[in-house]
Amino acid sequence: MLFRTAEKTELKALFDMLVEKNTVVGPVQTDTDRMGKPLFAFEPVTDQAKLRLDYTTTRLPAKRYFLPFREDLATFTTDGRDWTKTIGYNIDRPYVLFGLHACDINALNKLDKVLMGPVYPMPYYAAKRKNMFIIGTDCRPQPFCFCRSMGADTVLHGFDLFLTDIGDKYFIEIQSAEAYEVAKDLRTETPTEADHMQFMRTVAEMNKLFTAHVDTTDLTKILDMEFQSPVWKQWGDKCLGCGTCSNVCPTCYCYGVEETVDVSLKKARKTKTLYSCNVVDFAEVAGGHNFRPERSTRLKYRYYHKHRGFVEAYEESLCVGCGRCGEACLAGITVPEVIASVRGEEQ
Amino acid sequence: MDHRLAFHNVIPHKHKYHRTSDLDSFEFTYKAEITSVYKLTEQEILYRIRIMDPEDRRHFSFHPGQFIMLELPGIGEAPFSISSSPSNHEDIELCIRAVGNLTTVLSRAPRGTRVGIRGPFGTSFPMERMHGGNILLIAGGLGLVPLRSPIAHVQEHRSMFDHVDIVYGTKDASRLLFKFQYEMWKKDDIGLHLILEKAEPSWTGPVGYIPKVLEEIVKSRDDSFIHNTYAIVCGPPVMFKSVCTMLAERGIPMQKMFVDLERRMHCGMGKCCRCNVGSTYTCLSGPVFDYWTVMNLKEAI
Repeated sequence: MLFRTAEKTELKALFDMLVEKNTVVGPVQTDTDRMGKPLFAFEPVTDQAKLRLDYTTTRLPAKRYFLPFREDLATFTTDGRDWTKTIGYNIDRPYVLFGLHACDINALNKLDKVLMGPVYPMPYYAAKRKNMFIIGTDCRPQPFCFCRSMGADTVLHGFDLFLTDIGDKYFIEIQSAEAYEVAKDLRTETPTEADHMQFMRTVAEMNKLFTAHVDTTDLTKILDMEFQSPVWKQWGDKCLGCGTCSNVCPTCYCYGVEETVDVSLKKARKTKTLYSCNVVDFAEVAGGHNFRPERSTRLKYRYYHKHRGFVEAYEESLCVGCGRCGEACLAGITVPEVIASVRGEEQ
Repeated sequence: MDHRLAFHNVIPHKHKYHRTSDLDSFEFTYKAEITSVYKLTEQEILYRIRIMDPEDRRHFSFHPGQFIMLELPGIGEAPFSISSSPSNHEDIELCIRAVGNLTTVLSRAPRGTRVGIRGPFGTSFPMERMHGGNILLIAGGLGLVPLRSPIAHVQEHRSMFDHVDIVYGTKDASRLLFKFQYEMWKKDDIGLHLILEKAEPSWTGPVGYIPKVLEEIVKSRDDSFIHNTYAIVCGPPVMFKSVCTMLAERGIPMQKMFVDLERRMHCGMGKCCRCNVGSTYTCLSGPVFDYWTVMNLKEAI
């Protein structure tokens, strides 16, 4: 890790030198909600003026650039008797992700563990992940953010550059050799001791802004103990089973595979679609038996996967505390509330 | 001063042999041909399948209890337990009941149909660990399908095992699978105990559920026999629960009982999460689990 500082005006230089020959994706304002507050989304940007590094959060994570909602795993051509399978990984160029918050970079690091680990690494993800230049940026915690509880408020790796606004300039962390090459062409300076202090003060200020918390102490054990707890039924009764929480989650990777035949009957495709464990037929098997027919068991399963199973496998939770699921949930179910109720805490 | 980032090709080299850690093994499909279609009952068909590339065929090997993903391009892909002997490197056999889209199309597929195979996947029955011991193979309904592979292993290594018994129950006589093998099993000194839930008057065997015959068998054996016995169980959850509870009470340790769980995998490689029980991947940590592990899987029972 190399630290530099740069004047704020250098942001445009950085953007311009990357956008010229690459596709840059970053937070832009797409609309306002009914309260008049801006809505942001990760979209391709060509004009730095549109890039909103001051964004609060996005409704959807940047998932579509590394785990698209729907993508073909393979295509087939067939002549009726024989067939040929063609595999493609659905990416033809590198992407620059400009302005990810720490939680979203941590989400990628978590996904890496499952999707790029030693056991059956997934090339569809790996091809996209390896072709990503990630520029992180600092943020101001929102009322729904509980990333600090999940240890995802800072990020140690998994990005190329990280920009922290320390008042009159950016404090820059350079993580990769590729980023070093880019930063060489920016006017940067070696941080002074005052810059270090300012950086630490900025982070400390940010930490004071958190209002949502999740107590993760002994959570895997508690989830085991409270498997039969009546609170699951209560949350299940509220849950609509719509799967929105998974759709907006930066770490939900579950999917289903379906094959379809082209009308010519000469071509077929095998398509992967992200799925949600809260949707009714997630655990249904051929013949119609459903291992999780009730909404409560499906909702519970989602918490078990994120806060118990993943911890068991990787010593960390599969939740980064971005709070998107709680914000998007039509029934108003939030992670801090569910976990507090499982822990028997007062609501 | 522009910065065109380099495009990284994540799979620069073509691997000939596919290891689980290779990126290109993920969607690798062996092309295979259905060489025989044998109707076992009104509902189940036994397919014999041969990987077409001779070299791939030689390298394809599996352990009893493992499964493969069978694909019909354009129709779908689903997991099936391999139901044949692991020592047969020419063909694999799959016994399939027509219940869903893929299996219904498959039930109309003629000999010569070209299918795709991925795998083998999952854990297996630890047959080597059972050497020198007695084995109880207990199957309910379609549960006999994955057990045919360890049974074949026992037949081929009969001197390595002491007493071997198969306890097999189905709804009625028309549902009995692999009838053509019963005499061979008996000749290999494997005890075969059949029980039907509902029987015609011509049926001379017992009528009822599996625990009924199983109880008689375990009662008739002494403690030292039970102490050296392994159990392999496959069937619906209600069946394996009652069977394993009975065997545990009789004194078989939980880690000597193996249960084969069935779920609907979409990938077979620990990615899609569709087969998760609690938060355990049936495709990676299973489908064969020892009973202690199954007991500790939330929502398995």
